[in-house]
Amino acid sequence: MEEREVTFIVKRFYRNEWREDRYEFKAVRGMTVLDGLFHIRDNIDPSLSFRASCRMGICGSCGMVINGKAMLACSTQIFDLGTDVVRIEPLRNMEALKDLISDFDDFFEKHRRVKPYLIRKEEKSIEEGEYIQTPDELRKYRQYSLCIKCGLCYDACSITGSNKEYLGPAALASACRFIMDSRDQGEDERIPLVSDHTGCWRCHFMAECSEVCPKEVDPADAIQKLKRKALIYSLKRLFRR
Amino acid sequence: MIVQHDVTIIGAGLAGLRASIGAAEKSDRISIALVSKIYPLRSHSVCAEGGTGAALREGDSVELHSWDTVKGSDFLGDQDAIEFFCSIAPREVILLEHWGCPWSRTENGMLDQRPFGGHSFPRACYAADRTGFHEMHTLYERSLMYDNIERYSEYFVTSLIIEDNRVRGVTAIDLRTGELMVFQSKAVIIATGGAGRLYEFTTYSHTVTGDGMAIAYRAGIPLKDMEFFQFHPTGLLPSGILITEGARGEGGYLLNNRNERFMERYAPEKMELAPRDIVSRSMMTEINEGRGFEGPYGQYLLLDLRHLGEEKINEKLPLIREASIKFSGVDPVEEPIPVRPVAHYTMGGIHTNMYTETPVKGLYSAGEAACVSIHGANRLGTNSTMECLVFGGVAGERAAEFALGNDFAPVSSDYVKEEERRLFDDLLSRNGDERISVIRDEMRSTMERHVGIFRNGEDLKTGLRKIQELKERFKNISITDKGRSFNTELTHALEVDFMLDLAEVVVSGALLREESRGAHYRTDFPKRDDKKWLKHTLAYYTPEGPKFDYIPVTITKWKPVERKY
Repeated sequence: MEEREVTFIVKRFYRNEWREDRYEFKAVRGMTVLDGLFHIRDNIDPSLSFRASCRMGICGSCGMVINGKAMLACSTQIFDLGTDVVRIEPLRNMEALKDLISDFDDFFEKHRRVKPYLIRKEEKSIEEGEYIQTPDELRKYRQYSLCIKCGLCYDACSITGSNKEYLGPAALASACRFIMDSRDQGEDERIPLVSDHTGCWRCHFMAECSEVCPKEVDPADAIQKLKRKALIYSLKRLFRR
Repeated sequence: MIVQHDVTIIGAGLAGLRASIGAAEKSDRISIALVSKIYPLRSHSVCAEGGTGAALREGDSVELHSWDTVKGSDFLGDQDAIEFFCSIAPREVILLEHWGCPWSRTENGMLDQRPFGGHSFPRACYAADRTGFHEMHTLYERSLMYDNIERYSEYFVTSLIIEDNRVRGVTAIDLRTGELMVFQSKAVIIATGGAGRLYEFTTYSHTVTGDGMAIAYRAGIPLKDMEFFQFHPTGLLPSGILITEGARGEGGYLLNNRNERFMERYAPEKMELAPRDIVSRSMMTEINEGRGFEGPYGQYLLLDLRHLGEEKINEKLPLIREASIKFSGVDPVEEPIPVRPVAHYTMGGIHTNMYTETPVKGLYSAGEAACVSIHGANRLGTNSTMECLVFGGVAGERAAEFALGNDFAPVSSDYVKEEERRLFDDLLSRNGDERISVIRDEMRSTMERHVGIFRNGEDLKTGLRKIQELKERFKNISITDKGRSFNTELTHALEVDFMLDLAEVVVSGALLREESRGAHYRTDFPKRDDKKWLKHTLAYYTPEGPKFDYIPVTITKWKPVERKY
């Protein structure tokens, strides 16, 4: 099997200080960056801390900056990076806690703020069975429901970096997921939440978020849809008066 | 630091989240702590793929679902619990739909269902092949509606506080600060999932280390039927990532190196959709008899989906396609997928009754961490996500009721001091010459080699000796990071320590059970022996190793018969 000597340079945050550690080891074809980090933890430096769980790109734990770009470590093949020197640092635009672990509390709080659940004026009883939703109606929001909350888009988004208040791509995509769902009736509650000074109008459509999204959610597109929805909503309110 | 919550839930996967909502809906007067060593959405439940079983449509029934489950369990499942489970299942599917789950639909907008192994009706509700992922996100997001659920993410639970057979709370390390906290609670629910990282080749996430099972075991609660470990037929090479049974439900074939659909020899009627224990054994037989393929990552067989066509694969199995391409370099539209049986599910767990109650007052358990038992010796696909929903809901309600009718019980400060001493003065300060990762890897390869699909007395004895040796060696580990914040070296040491206890229970139980039933197959005792072994195993902790007891299986309608597919 193909083997190559690689160097991982890991930017670590520990006891309020930044430092860089270099690790050299033999990588084999098929090894992911996450496998590399586990190899370091198990064989070279057990103190190295990072988050990881599913190792199949669906739990969203292992987002980090790899050679300058936000990526999931588990879904990135070392041999695909095109270099034997791999620079790794924690996600930016979030506070570093230890080594590659950064603080996601604010990220999840923003997600919570957009009311990411079905809002119904009246809930059907269980006995009445499911709400009818055709495959076409499902397709309208399915893509936005695939977000794994890995936070890569918050690293990539320059607005998130400069404006702490901004809800950011993942939270807004989540709002869009529910607004586009034929079962949802929460427009009156949710649209004002995502169209104030912290919401969709902050986005300058640089689409960096969609560029790094590992699940092709396309948050930038979701935010454009929200802008349209918000515009139509405010016009409707104008006429209602 | 001590915090008080009426109900503390450990684990925030499907069962834990469902429990939190069940408790919150019971009463808004109780406060609920949802404690997890990771953020809820990182839980392994997001990896569940194929479907969630419920009898919803004409032609299907609770009775039929129950019978399939009883037969699937090789008659070790408790029949009253199974009927109870199957009768609540339809309600849970609809609930999740009402809460926003993007279930796959039929053309007329109803919930679609697909066939699954061992089920005699297509009753797997699914959301493409990301069923667990969508269920998790639906429940997590729904849980955000309740103000009385407080989330403690990245808190590592280290022990249960029990005195006079009454639960009083749990101790946990706040990973951010590294401080030991006490969650004082009237009721506690353990929903920490299975123990699949005991094995080398496994579908499980890195974080599934059986913590809750081990904590309960050490606190004196018996573990039930731990020798029954499910091997799923189709783990992707080389990683072990799950390729859903839904791939065969949609019509995929298993092929050997002669291009034969070999399942014809073993289960002529159900073919690839026989229950998992049977398919996995058949695959290992094919490999052992020289009809497998040889590759750099060992022997394997092929799962062929090509005849389904690109459109169907993209619509029904998109994650399988993505995972095969990303993690194996194989596009299932063009090539068959290399697969091998893989450790996938812990049938055993914390001993509970069908109301999720453990023998300790105020302590409940649900999901894979628990053993009710509805799965007996072999779980059917789609019954695990449903188990989390049904019994998660039941546990939440029961724990809330208990909390409404009882007061907090005092926690002794001596207990907390002793736990701090154990964690920080003893474990964290160890500077021995054993590496945690070496012990872990030796444990995993021992389990893989000696406690796998085909077992025998000699192998199991060797395995047990090895695990006991590893437990001794663990005392001499070294922890290099002496800091407190996110000391993942310390938490990993705790996980390995937990797993060694569980491994010992699995091997010892397997050695004692001299018969073959469901997933437990002894080549030296190849027949099921209802006379001697139609009973549940209970393993009790002692410092010298597990002590065993047995209790009867509840049989109601279905007398054990020969199991054929």
